[in-house]
Order: sequence, then C-alpha cells, then structure tokens
Amino acid sequence: MLQADFTIQRKDKLNATTYAFTVDCPKLAKESWCGRFVHIRCGEKPLRRPISICEIDKENGTLTLVFEVRGEGTEWLASRNEGDVINILGPLGNGFFPDPEKPAIFVGGGIGCPPMLGAAQDYGENAEAILGFRSEAQVILLDKFESACRRVAVTTDDGSFGTKGFVTDILKERLEALPDAVVYACGPMPMLKNVAALCKAKNVQCYVSLEQRMGCGVGACLVCACKTHDADGEHMRHVCKNGPVFDAREVDFNG
Amino acid sequence: MADMRVNIAGVTLKNPVITASGTFGFGREYARLYDISRLGGISCKGTTLHERLGNPAPRIAETPAGMLNSVGLQNPGVDAFLQDDLPYLASQDVVVIANVAGSTEDEYAETIRRLQDSAVDIIEVNISCPNVKAGGVSFGTSPQAVESITKLCKSVSDKPIMMKLTPNVTDISEIAAAAEAGGADAISLINTLTGMRIDVNSRRPILRNNTGGLSGAAVFPVALRMVWQAANRVKIPVVGMGGITKWQDAVEMLLAGACAVQIGAANFTDAYIPLKVIAGIEEYLDAKGENSVSDIVGTVQPW
Repeated sequence: MLQADFTIQRKDKLNATTYAFTVDCPKLAKESWCGRFVHIRCGEKPLRRPISICEIDKENGTLTLVFEVRGEGTEWLASRNEGDVINILGPLGNGFFPDPEKPAIFVGGGIGCPPMLGAAQDYGENAEAILGFRSEAQVILLDKFESACRRVAVTTDDGSFGTKGFVTDILKERLEALPDAVVYACGPMPMLKNVAALCKAKNVQCYVSLEQRMGCGVGACLVCACKTHDADGEHMRHVCKNGPVFDAREVDFNG
Repeated sequence: MADMRVNIAGVTLKNPVITASGTFGFGREYARLYDISRLGGISCKGTTLHERLGNPAPRIAETPAGMLNSVGLQNPGVDAFLQDDLPYLASQDVVVIANVAGSTEDEYAETIRRLQDSAVDIIEVNISCPNVKAGGVSFGTSPQAVESITKLCKSVSDKPIMMKLTPNVTDISEIAAAAEAGGADAISLINTLTGMRIDVNSRRPILRNNTGGLSGAAVFPVALRMVWQAANRVKIPVVGMGGITKWQDAVEMLLAGACAVQIGAANFTDAYIPLKVIAGIEEYLDAKGENSVSDIVGTVQPW
C-alpha cells in the first residue's frame, strides 16, 4: 500500500458518463489483484473517491481504472487528460479469489462491470459473464468481456440491447446448467441482493463486491460499515478493509 | 534545529502532532504507510466499557471543505482494546492516548478504572460525541456536569485526564473552566460541530443517522477561536484540534494557546499529512529563530 502521484497514460470515454484511465503505476500494479480498489484524490475535495481496479497489466506496470461521473469529485477526475498526474492511495481491500477448480459466473451491473472484467481475465478462458445495463447507451467493456470469456450474456432494463430483463433472469438459467458454479458479482445493491438470494436458493457459493460511502479507505475510520452475520453472530464489517468482497451469505442486505 | 518536544500533564511528546481519535483507528492501518513512531502521539478510537456496533451506514457525507460523520462510537470495548490493540501501540515508541466515552457516569468510571494499570499514557475523556444519544454529550454541555464528570474521572485514575470538549455550547470558556475546576490535567477541543446534508433527489438525509459531526477545514476558524478563548481562561494545557489541514493551521493553533494539536479528517485527504505538518512546524520555528515549539505557544498578540 502506498500513496503517490501517478501519470494517466491513456484516457478512453466508454459511454456518456463513464471513463477508463490507464495509469502508469508499476508499484501499484505489483500489489494489485482483481477486485481490489484504489482511493483517488479529486482536486480540492476533502474525501478521496474509491475506484475499483478493472484491468491489471503487471508487465507494463499499468492499472486500468473505470469510473462513472456521479458528482463534483468524479467530474473533476473526468476532466483529467493523458499526461496528467493523479494522486492514488492503494491498492486497497481484499479482492476476488476465483476458484479455478469450479465453473465461474461473473455478474456485473452497470458501473459494477469493470471489476468483473479483471476477475474474469484472472480466472481464464472458461469464464462466463452476465452483464446488466439500463439501456444500450450504457453498455461498456463488452468487447473485452467477449475476448476474456467463453460466454457473455447482456441484459438491458428496456430491451434496447441483449435480453430485456435483469441479470438474475439469465443467472437462473445458467445455474441450471452449471449447478456447481461459483458466482462473483458487483453492481447496484438491489441487483446484488437478488443475485445473493438466487444463489442461496440454489445453494451456490456467491461473492459480492459492495459499495459504500468511504472515508480513510484503509480501515481506520470505520465509516463504510456493512452489517454481516456469521457463526460468531452480528458484526459491523468495513467495506474498505474487510471487503469490498464479502461472502454473500454473510451480508445483511437490509442492514 | 528547534526543540519540538512538548509536555502535556507530565507526559513528554517528541513533537506536538497527535492523530485525532476516530480517524486513526489504533494505529495499525497507517503503520503500513509510514513509521507511526514519528508522531507525537496517537489518540485511539473512542472506547466504551462494552463493544458497540455503531450506527447503520451511510456514516459519512462530504461537505464544502469538510465532512460529516455518524459512526456512533463503533468499538470493540475496553477489554478488547487492552488485549488486542494496546500491546501493539505500546511497542511503538509513541505517546498513547486512550479515548473513553460512555453513556452513564458508572460506565466512564469503570472504563477508566480498567485502563489504570495499562500502558496508556494519557486518558482523553470524550464528553462530546454528537452521534450517540447518550454518547457523553449530555455530560459536556453544562459547566456543572463537566465539573462533576471530571471529578469522577480524576477520582478513579492516577493517569493524566484530558477532557475533550464539545463546541456545541454557548460559552466554551465556561466549559473549559469547569473542567479545570473539576481537576482535569488538560483539555482538548474541539470535537465535531453538529451538521446535516440532504440528498435532493431522494429527499433523505445522506447520513442514515440524519445528523452527524462536521469536521475538516470548514471548522478550522471556529476551532481556533474556541481554543484561543479556552486557553485564555485556563492554566492547564490545551490541545487544539478541528480542521487542521496544513502546518500553517497547526502553527495558528499553537499561537492561539494550544500546546499540541490533533489532526483528524485531513488524514483522509492525505495520509501523510501529520508528517508534513511536523516538518512544516519545524521549518517555521527554524526560520523564525525559535529555540523550542513551546516558546511560541499562546504568543498571538491580539488587537
């Protein structure tokens, strides 16, 4: 873990509000794996913005970070260009550890898709992905998922691209075909809640990457709380340190 | 090189920069980024007699030049602190300040008693948490209550007692004087100012607790004014905090009468900020030809 300035090597606009930065940061790339995140300083904003790691290129020492413009902080970030320097704290969090012995289904919803790409690439060519978006205009990273996975399904809420409906509609079918699969998911809370409920009903192992308003990013300030239940009882875990990836069976989605 | 050492109630800190309670855990996390023994002191996460899970999330909201938090004193309880966290900190060559909160007088007394034979150097008593209904704030808002809880804390411990004051009062100097009258060895201020943000789309407060405590650069001038007023009123050491984000802010606090400073929210913006503030104070003292940091404490010349 370190905090330093790194240069944006390449900037791509993925849709109207989503950007990908490829950042030259060998020291960060070395300690990165799928599902971890970095904490980026955005101009004069007092709080950093947590951004999940999308792709890791250890050979070239780069990380690709994909983010959506949601407010003033990410708007500032989106106005950075190739050659500009950004201050990054990271890599942070626990990340995904896809089980190579079992079939894997990577489920992403909207801006939850980027970390699933890195996870699918890490798992290898037999990966399957199910991606959900509001409509065709929001679809991102599809070509990259298609080259990383043997099978990619896309759903849109309005049916303008792929199958009309939700990722859980497709996931239900795929779990019939692959009952011993492990599911890895990142996306909006209602989606994760439904994915977790489906996996629980099918007795399928499921890991979810959660999002929460964050402070320090390192586990010191305790603001990014997530209620969990395990054999020891009820806990308040923290997305930055204990997560962002949790065993879905332990997460209290109503907490 | 100027002497950076400061003394708080008989305890010597190698420099006047302390990381503030609730922003630095028990030190382990930031120790992965730098050597925490370079700090003057560490004020630990607020500790209660029993474990507390805290408030539901979201517990943080950004504000112009600051942030609101409503953690609600999540902590493992004093026994877990003594067993799991203190041994590590005690091995780090840094002054350890335990921060204690409670909802009843008995809880304060029992928590402080359990720290009596520990390696803790100073006990900071939080009578100012705005995020817990009975989180001590009721002890911190009237001079009579402050004097009485201070007396109680002093009666159960030989360790230096530093009362942490809330800014959510009418006259901070009266509160500071009450802590001194109760026998406090030092006071620290300010805790957070109560605040709120609302999401205009959902029409819900951003914090699940509706309100929270404001900290960060936005509160600095308020904190500085209160530290100055308190330092003018009492003879015991005053530790200043609230919105320090650069060394110049820390120097202002020292000039206003603080013998040491605490840095909180700024850790989230720049993890290395305490080290930068230490270096900045040192350079300032050298540039001004000062022999010791203590020589500038309270030397502001008011109009």
